Amino acid sequence: MSVQPASTPKPPPSLWARILDSDILASFLRSKVTMVAAVIVLVLFIGAFFSPWIAPTNPFDPATVFLSDANIPPAWQQGGDPKFILGTDDQGRDLYSAILYGLRVSLIVGLLGVALAATIGITLGLLAGYLGGRVDSLIMRIADVQLTFPAILIALLIDGIVRGIFKHANREDTALYVLVISIGLSFWVQYARTIRGSTLVERNKDYVQAARLVGLPAPLIMLRHVLPNVIGPVLVILTINLALAVITEATLSFLGVGLPPTQPSLGTLISIGNRYLFSGDWWIVTFPGVTLAVLVLAVNLLGDWLRDALNPRLR
Amino acid sequence: MLAFVLRRLFQSLIVMLAVALIAFTMFRFVGDPVNQMVGVDTPQEQVAQLRQTLGLDEPVIVQFARYIYNAARLEFGVSYQFRLPVISLLGERAPATLELAFMSALFSLLVGIPMGVYTALRRDSWLAKIFQTVSLVGISLPTFLIGILLIYLFSVTLGWLPSFGRGEVVKLGSWWTTGFLTGSGWKALILPSITLGLFQMTLIMRLVRAEMLEVLRTDYIKFARARGLRTRAIHFGHALKNTLVPVITIAGLQLGSIIAFAIITETVFQWPGMGLLFLKAVQQVDIPIMAAYLMLISFLFVSINLIVDLLYALVDPRLRATIGAH
Repeated sequence: MSVQPASTPKPPPSLWARILDSDILASFLRSKVTMVAAVIVLVLFIGAFFSPWIAPTNPFDPATVFLSDANIPPAWQQGGDPKFILGTDDQGRDLYSAILYGLRVSLIVGLLGVALAATIGITLGLLAGYLGGRVDSLIMRIADVQLTFPAILIALLIDGIVRGIFKHANREDTALYVLVISIGLSFWVQYARTIRGSTLVERNKDYVQAARLVGLPAPLIMLRHVLPNVIGPVLVILTINLALAVITEATLSFLGVGLPPTQPSLGTLISIGNRYLFSGDWWIVTFPGVTLAVLVLAVNLLGDWLRDALNPRLR
Repeated sequence: MLAFVLRRLFQSLIVMLAVALIAFTMFRFVGDPVNQMVGVDTPQEQVAQLRQTLGLDEPVIVQFARYIYNAARLEFGVSYQFRLPVISLLGERAPATLELAFMSALFSLLVGIPMGVYTALRRDSWLAKIFQTVSLVGISLPTFLIGILLIYLFSVTLGWLPSFGRGEVVKLGSWWTTGFLTGSGWKALILPSITLGLFQMTLIMRLVRAEMLEVLRTDYIKFARARGLRTRAIHFGHALKNTLVPVITIAGLQLGSIIAFAIITETVFQWPGMGLLFLKAVQQVDIPIMAAYLMLISFLFVSINLIVDLLYALVDPRLRATIGAH
């Protein structure tokens, strides 16, 4: 037997209920373009991360790839083979499967790169904003200098330096890490500036002062008290930066300093296809190119919408 | 005013020193210059001797000072892969990159400004909507994809324009080569300039549009209308003139990034410029070229920023007042 209290206090709405009730969902359902973009991004992510199960063949298994299948046009064209819907590349790999696998590599590099950039930027921004003084001016001067140069130039330079340091390692093992480091070190500035700005405001508020009076150590105050209150705007930067990171990765791979042809990303596939453009094998470059363009456009549209939806002035 | 100029000069100097430090660190520690020059079977004494003649056994700070001294005289060492002085390699390729950058900047201004004005004045017309969509695509598509697309259309399918190289060039003076004096040189310039300028063009178009919309709402435009001036005079004599100051600033600042982005365009079109040289250096980890390119580009960026800042202080009396107040 249990004792029933006279009146149960109304439980706080669950997370799901709050999502259903939010302005953000309403603004999402109002914008058709955003919904289409979200569906495209979702499909591409699922296709990429489940590629081993979705793709009809494993394009990197030498036992199933035959050089005699090289440069077959898409299935609907003369000479096409229904086994290869989008045709094959110069090594006889099924292009549809290669795109799914390449998309996965592109997204992994993009996500890890953005995560690294955000981690560096948030840490430095918190330190600069909370500690102030010399630390602040040192970090912000570095950020200013870096901001004068285009990110792609910095990424190329870091790529060269890191590869110079790893000179004796096997390129196939290090390529992915080199790219992630290059992207992470090229894109941290925006996070640092945003976080520093809001940290400067939060630092003087009562709750931070109280935490300081209680005698909590500074790192704990920064992580537990300041960080949750300044992290909001980072979400938008993350989305827009993901598109930029994917473009940067594709550009570096296209330029031949990114992922090698043995583990191609979308950029590598485009770079391979570019060599066959003049022999009329248009499909090798077109399909990866279209995939990349659609991915970037959809992520950008989502980012634009998120920026407007989270901006209280526009509500 | 003088204090402001001096402070800005000092800041620029600090930035250049920081870049030089990075370049020097790369040069000295990433690729050991001696290891690059000697073979596997060179005797140990000879290696030590070489180290001494190159001054690599001196304190690091002395080496850094010498590196800066040499860089100021444009001596950046010898390329590992070409075995030639870096500065002559860069100098030989500079005209190609500068001509390409100039044409792209021209293209982005001459097309971007009219498009921006049009989309601001006729906001709801279908052409303006097409321009807006094109600008969104132009910002989303990576540069190399635009290049490939243009090559496929105009070189492979239609066969109108060349897809690589500079065409025929004419030598002017002792080292400058120009593509402006031959028909094939002009033809070769078209596709790379559009590829390189497209991003800046969309940027300028969006900027002009936003500025125009802003200016058209101001009181002096309303007053000009009330005075019964013709629409054309209002739009172009009053509105456009006032939007051009920020546009010129941005265009100036973008010149540096045009030269940096030329790396990608030059690769797509096999354009024999500095960017292609830099990319080959990155691929081969040819540190002297990378370091020299970094120094040159930084110098360019820092100079442009400095000039724009000083011009601003000169042109805008409000800014001068706040500088004086500091």
